[in-house]
Amino acid sequence: MADISANNPGGLGSAASLTMRHYQQQLKTRRIYTAISIVVFLIVLGASLNFANNANAGKFFERLPYLFDFITHFVPDSPMEIIRAMFDLQSPYADGSLKYDYTSDRVYLTENFYIPHFLYQLIITINIALVSTIVGAAAAFALCFFASTNLVGAGATRFVVRRIMEVMRAFPEIVIAGLLTAILSIGPIAAIIAITVHTVGALGKLFFEVVENADMKPDEGLRAAGANWAERVRFAIVPQVLPNFVSYTLLRAEINVRASTIIGAVGGGGIGEVFRLAIGRDHAAKTYAIIILLLVSIIVIDQFSGWLRRRLVGEQSFEFGRGAA
Amino acid sequence: MPSVPSINTADRERLLADYPQVFHRSFWQRYGLAVGAGIVAVYLIICFFAFNVGPTFMQGRWDRASLYVQDWYSWRAQPRLRFEEDGTVRAQWSSRGQYPADANISWLQPTAAGGYAVTYGNDDDRLDVTPSLVQVYLGGTAYPVTITVDAATAPEGAPSAITQDGNKVLVDYGFEGQAEIRTGQVYVQRRFIGWANFLFDTKSEFWGRTYGELLVLATFGERIDPDRSNFGHMVDDFLGNNVWQHSDILSKLMQTLVMAFVGTLFGTLVAFPLAFIAARNITPNRAANWFMKRCFDFLRSIDMLIWALFFTRSFGPGPIPGIAAIFFTDSGALGKVYAEALENVDDKQREGVKSVGASPAVVNRFGVVPQVLPVFISQSLYFWESNIRSATVIGAVGAGGIGLKLLEAMGTNADWDKVAYMVLLILLVVFLFDNISNAIRSRLIGQAAH
Repeated sequence: MADISANNPGGLGSAASLTMRHYQQQLKTRRIYTAISIVVFLIVLGASLNFANNANAGKFFERLPYLFDFITHFVPDSPMEIIRAMFDLQSPYADGSLKYDYTSDRVYLTENFYIPHFLYQLIITINIALVSTIVGAAAAFALCFFASTNLVGAGATRFVVRRIMEVMRAFPEIVIAGLLTAILSIGPIAAIIAITVHTVGALGKLFFEVVENADMKPDEGLRAAGANWAERVRFAIVPQVLPNFVSYTLLRAEINVRASTIIGAVGGGGIGEVFRLAIGRDHAAKTYAIIILLLVSIIVIDQFSGWLRRRLVGEQSFEFGRGAA
Repeated sequence: MPSVPSINTADRERLLADYPQVFHRSFWQRYGLAVGAGIVAVYLIICFFAFNVGPTFMQGRWDRASLYVQDWYSWRAQPRLRFEEDGTVRAQWSSRGQYPADANISWLQPTAAGGYAVTYGNDDDRLDVTPSLVQVYLGGTAYPVTITVDAATAPEGAPSAITQDGNKVLVDYGFEGQAEIRTGQVYVQRRFIGWANFLFDTKSEFWGRTYGELLVLATFGERIDPDRSNFGHMVDDFLGNNVWQHSDILSKLMQTLVMAFVGTLFGTLVAFPLAFIAARNITPNRAANWFMKRCFDFLRSIDMLIWALFFTRSFGPGPIPGIAAIFFTDSGALGKVYAEALENVDDKQREGVKSVGASPAVVNRFGVVPQVLPVFISQSLYFWESNIRSATVIGAVGAGGIGLKLLEAMGTNADWDKVAYMVLLILLVVFLFDNISNAIRSRLIGQAAH
């Protein structure tokens, strides 16, 4: 009776053993699929790493020991130098070279009062981010109602508006910045427009998804009272969605501060550009000064926007917000 | 006039007393939005002047702008017709060379007198070029431009399309092109819709053939090179196109994708275990939670730009700095998001597994991971999408990939067609990956959850 006991694991009844066999079969297939996908995945990863390593100017394992060399050599002459570079104070090492020249870029507001150069650039960067967030959010607000299924019956309108948003979202920011730099000459406006375009696309998508999830009962009430489309949007939808809109906009502002730093490095001005120059020229003290400034400002902005979000929206403050970034 | 529903005083008092939150709202509830809008408006006006928006737009070179934008979807042939000593005209091409050396160009035909006839669209708009006289035809009417050693001179009463500029004469045919008639040569600029030599450059055997011919050749035509199939030959010639550099651009695009993929993947792999340490409910050790969360904050708060430039300094330009930059920022950002997801898990499943005597590792494996895995993967996919865009930008600061290529192409101010090509590729890839990750996400967490 050996064969029967093999078919009846644990002495189960025939119906139960059938189920058991099915379960084991499924488990087996599933394990095989998992194993295959892991192998495929590892092959893709290996190929990617190999490709990346071959395409790079310096090879990973050749350069790895020197990574720490770079860090150990890249130290300012004294810790105080970082403070001096940050606040544009005269350096005792000053020898006329750019490396120790902290004072000549001061931005004087009055005869004696100046804003340190890096701080000034940081302010520019943050303002670029703020302006583009505000303008972008306003445009996205105007667009999003035309993209949501529950408010616009015409499929064509929705299709067009959504595609416009998608293109605005995916269009590489550096191309917009580069084209505008060629036309308007170098300055923050190219960066503002580039980031604004992206913001419209990204926020527009999040906004219309919020609108589509809105409760339609107030809308029905207004419709019954004879309100037109604009009135329905204004009094039925906007009050519901505004907290979420504000929350998403604040998150976007955080992201845009980072974006404007990066765009700045590509030619939009601001702290990004200064940082690229400092690290490229091996000015350690300046580099660390900028890193500290950026770190502090980003932490402060994140905390502030988190606080504001909690105050305005309460607990549903969308921490998962990088979604459509 | 429609009848207005009215209520008596008693009702009014009752309503006011019953719903104070509706009728007696605080100042901020009433005017908060207006005040906020006012502050924002004032801020924008200040910024408008601080950033010099008005003057910058006024001084913008908008004539160039239209030229650059036209370059996105059209191309220019720019031969110079030089006047030779012997009274003939010779066509000289710029280095971009859209035509092979001895090509028969339909819009640029030599004339019997040794000159050249340049047609702009049709025979009514053309230039007949000889060293002493250029006949400019505009809409069928001829305007002779005489050329002496000192100057080219437009005739009296010429229309506004022909302008005298010092000793040069400029002729404008609109979109079709321009010509600049000088004392020693005529700069011709002829514009055509499309991208010149996009498939094959002039050195290729396949240059100048129609799509029909190419299709026939690729499928059952005679082998041009006996060693290779025609199709393979075509692919080689396409990738080796010197003008458009397809193989280079595609490999740079691949680098960008690899940066995003590997960076996000490694970020996920590192953030996954660390998030368990950071989550209050999983690791009941406040110090460890706090320390891990501050680590995440630190990694996240250092801008991707800083990581990118830092690693470019140490590894040289290429995808490795890009991978490293994305990896460092995202392990922080993903760690934070994961830790929050972990803190929101349902405790019942953990208790169930714990109650049968499972070890902590097993509790996490069967009580926590199945709950959070879809959320984790979905978040990582979001980050992947967003990183494809980020990788383009940090590529431009030195991490390589398509970003750097874009920046180079834009820097010359003459390769806007190539920029358009790369933008199209990027848009295509972004849409493709958005759809892939949307599909994976909706299979993992169902349609409603995203």
